[in-house]
Amino acid sequence: MIFVLLLAIPLAGALALLLPAGRFLPGDGAVRRYGVGVSGAALLVALSAAAAFDYGDPSRVQLEIDRDWAPAIGLRFHLGVDGISLPLVLLTALLSLLCFVHALRHPPHGAASDRLLVGLLLVLEVGLLGTFTALDLVLFFVFFEVVLIPMYAVIVLWGGPGRRAAAYKFILYTLLGSGLLLAGMLLVAVNAGTLDATELARRHGAGIAHGVQVNAFLLMVLGFGVKAPMWPLHTWLPDAHTEAPTIGSVLLAGVLLKMGTYGLVRVALPLAPDGAAYWAPWLGLLAVVGIVYGALACLAQRELKRMIAFSSVGHMGFVLLGIATLTPVGVNAALFGNIAHGLITGLLFFLVGAVKVRYGTGELDRLGGGMLTEAPRLASVLTFASVASLGLPGLAGFWGEMLALLGAYRPHADLPRETFVTFMVVGGLGAVLTAAYFLRMLTKITHGAVPADRAAAPAPGPDGPDGTATRTRIAPISRCEYAAWTPLIVLTLLVGLWPKTLLAVTTAPVRALFGGG
Amino acid sequence: MIIQSIDYAAVAPALIVAVAAVALLLADAFDVPRRVLGWASCGALAAALVAVVALAAGGGRRATFCVPGGLRGGGPPSCSYVTDQFTLLFQGVVLAAGVVVVLLSLDEITRAKMPAGEYHFLLLAATAGALTLVAARDLVLLVVALETLSLPVFALVGLRRYDGAATEAALKLFLVSVISAAVMLFGVSLLYGATGAMHLDRLAPALARLPADLEPVAAAGTVLVLAGFGFKVAAVPFHFWAPDVYQGAPLPVAAFLSVVSKAAGFAGLAIVLALGLPAYGHVWGPLVAVLAAATMTLGNLMALRQRTAIRLLAWSSVAQSGYMLAPLAVGDHRLPEAVAATTAYVALYAVMNMGAFAVVVAVQRRGPHSRWDALDDFRGLARSSPSVAAALAFFLICLAGLPPGVMGLFAKVVVFRAALAGGVTWLAVVMAVNTVIGLYYYLVWAVRLFGAPPAGARPPVPDTGVPVRAAIAAAAAGAVVLSAAPQLVLQTVSNVT
Repeated sequence: MIFVLLLAIPLAGALALLLPAGRFLPGDGAVRRYGVGVSGAALLVALSAAAAFDYGDPSRVQLEIDRDWAPAIGLRFHLGVDGISLPLVLLTALLSLLCFVHALRHPPHGAASDRLLVGLLLVLEVGLLGTFTALDLVLFFVFFEVVLIPMYAVIVLWGGPGRRAAAYKFILYTLLGSGLLLAGMLLVAVNAGTLDATELARRHGAGIAHGVQVNAFLLMVLGFGVKAPMWPLHTWLPDAHTEAPTIGSVLLAGVLLKMGTYGLVRVALPLAPDGAAYWAPWLGLLAVVGIVYGALACLAQRELKRMIAFSSVGHMGFVLLGIATLTPVGVNAALFGNIAHGLITGLLFFLVGAVKVRYGTGELDRLGGGMLTEAPRLASVLTFASVASLGLPGLAGFWGEMLALLGAYRPHADLPRETFVTFMVVGGLGAVLTAAYFLRMLTKITHGAVPADRAAAPAPGPDGPDGTATRTRIAPISRCEYAAWTPLIVLTLLVGLWPKTLLAVTTAPVRALFGGG
Repeated sequence: MIIQSIDYAAVAPALIVAVAAVALLLADAFDVPRRVLGWASCGALAAALVAVVALAAGGGRRATFCVPGGLRGGGPPSCSYVTDQFTLLFQGVVLAAGVVVVLLSLDEITRAKMPAGEYHFLLLAATAGALTLVAARDLVLLVVALETLSLPVFALVGLRRYDGAATEAALKLFLVSVISAAVMLFGVSLLYGATGAMHLDRLAPALARLPADLEPVAAAGTVLVLAGFGFKVAAVPFHFWAPDVYQGAPLPVAAFLSVVSKAAGFAGLAIVLALGLPAYGHVWGPLVAVLAAATMTLGNLMALRQRTAIRLLAWSSVAQSGYMLAPLAVGDHRLPEAVAATTAYVALYAVMNMGAFAVVVAVQRRGPHSRWDALDDFRGLARSSPSVAAALAFFLICLAGLPPGVMGLFAKVVVFRAALAGGVTWLAVVMAVNTVIGLYYYLVWAVRLFGAPPAGARPPVPDTGVPVRAAIAAAAAGAVVLSAAPQLVLQTVSNVT
């Protein structure tokens, strides 16, 4: 029942905003605080679900609710979590709250009211939480689709100059993916005679012909691959991430992309294991191409936000590579990488948003250098996030990538080992390139001297949001920004230093996924 | 001479509407005011709807016009007119849509200077045809009912006599429809010639044990009957009449064509294929698959290029026909599921498409000489009338099949599922691609509603007449309820088959 509550809170919160603005929460500030309250309540519910979770047996689906919805098509309202989905539920609830906190003082500039923004973000949260808790294939699909319209609207109403095209690209690509996904999932479901994901996972594809599994897995990989994104289906991502407002980018990169990789682990692998074994080398190939392509594309970027967007292609490539190995180590790495990428890239997009607001540009050349002199705290956090993202040992980004490469060194026995070892080598090269572009970015904007034009204009800038006059024209970090960033920084450290906290939860269900104990 | 007892309860819905049609024509001759005629017409349809609900609540299957016991020769009862759950569901859809069409017509009749008595007579007569069509279980009654549905519509389309476009549309519809009727009759006669049976419950077993030398004849008959229905539901390559006719016809009549006519056509198609021709599933299955793929693809691609609301709706309704056809592509493999899927899609489509038409009727201002329904004219509707704009956006999102339009999403899920269960995976992939194309033009239209009106123009002000508002409200209520509880339709449909 707790997950019904978890979904009902943001949904009711969004529906309540349909009440006339004059009577209910007049004024933008009140609506924004209301958003923080509602998503905070959702996070509390998610945390109590995490507290109620039995960590002794994380491979069992817990806190279930299972009701008939439309028996005519075998559809059930089946929610629940196991060790695979619980971390993602928490990540979603946390990032949603942080976005609302961030928006308290820094609402995106757009064509519509904050009321609409808060409503859309709450609906988005419903879709995301629902996706990660749904255990019925059609229900999963419904939630998977719920996020499309709100995200489209957020990009188109509050986005940058190229928002219209970016938003269309986002929604059309994703819809194409979900159409194929629906076909793939139903192909398995009609042949197995059930829509229940746990039941289908228990069967490990038994009773479904090899050919059907091969087709179904292909369709599902294409569907999830658009979302993940997998090279060459990623082309919607850089535009959407770049044009979206800061909180839109955070949610896109932090949670929406995870729907693709989570879907692969939750739905595609268990439903069609034969198909997975057939396509895994190809999936691995595309993943590795994605890693290298993402890194090279980042090296070529001149714009900060676009660079972070492309870095997602590379990081999600590691996640996909982990999945492609079809081993517990690899899939564990993928799930770890999911969370790590959600934390780190979420933080990076917050930071890039902060930089762009303060400097009025995201062009690396125009930013010049000297951020450590001008805005030491912002530059420090940016450095921290960057080194976390490039996979410095001891921070969250390291484990996912290292374990994925390790998984590729020893792939599933049915897979061609030489191929995967090659993937590992190329993937390792990609990791080096990742380090290269992040370090290049840091040297370019944080180090060095302040460019002459900015140094020559020492006039006191606009007051900081908390009222203190600033020494230079770069505004200090506001309390809302601290509030939004600190949890991400802490968790990045925590997960990086004690990876076991996360791995302990995911290991058992991943083993169960492959039929082991 | 055979004296048959007629089960009047079974035929009540069609009978009420037919009697009301004649009564309204007579009343018009005695100068009853236009308003009264309109509400009487609406009332008659509502009364028939009540009869349908009562029959459904009564449960059970009623059949009438059966072959008398002495003439059966040991065969099945062979009733021509059957009122079962399938029939009642479609009759409910037809009548509910009919009520909305009448509501939309009330002001349009005055505005477009159409003769009210004749208009309502023709509309009710066509509805009676549709009601009979969905209950018909023999080939002759099917053809007769189909013509009863078609003939009044030609006149309805051409009722704006001063308008050249309307006349052209009527002529086009007439020619196409007559040809399709002839093609279908030819197919029916081939089937009759091969089997000697007209009743579907006799036709099916006769086809199953047909001598090999007659099989080509029966196959040809099957294809021709399919082609005849193809015209009715505007499937490619028999679709080309649709956009011109929708554009030329009075808008409520276009709505009637796109919802009532189409629903009845699909019901007839499902009846013939599932009850009469299952033995030839290997012939019509692949054919329907190709027709469905071509229909949805062409419909969607052409809809992309449209600049006026009515033509966009026309092409989109062609594309939607493709989705409705898709489940039937399974042939005789898991056919009951497929019929259920088509039925569910038709029922859900009726609500959302009727809603879209209702808003277009409310927004358009069409006098004798000017048209005003370009898509750009919808810009800024959200400013002048947020509720109407929200309703239209919701209908469009439903048609595109995305949440919050959950009913459209479920309609798609059901269709995908049936096609995949029947083993036509490639068609499901074609459908997946088509939903993307469809989303684009629905979304572009929906976004226009919230944009700024073009420079120098005022935002459109929708019609504030009570009937049109009521029609929009009814469709919106239906769409919201079915989005929250799609099982209402899905459950009924699964009981049906």
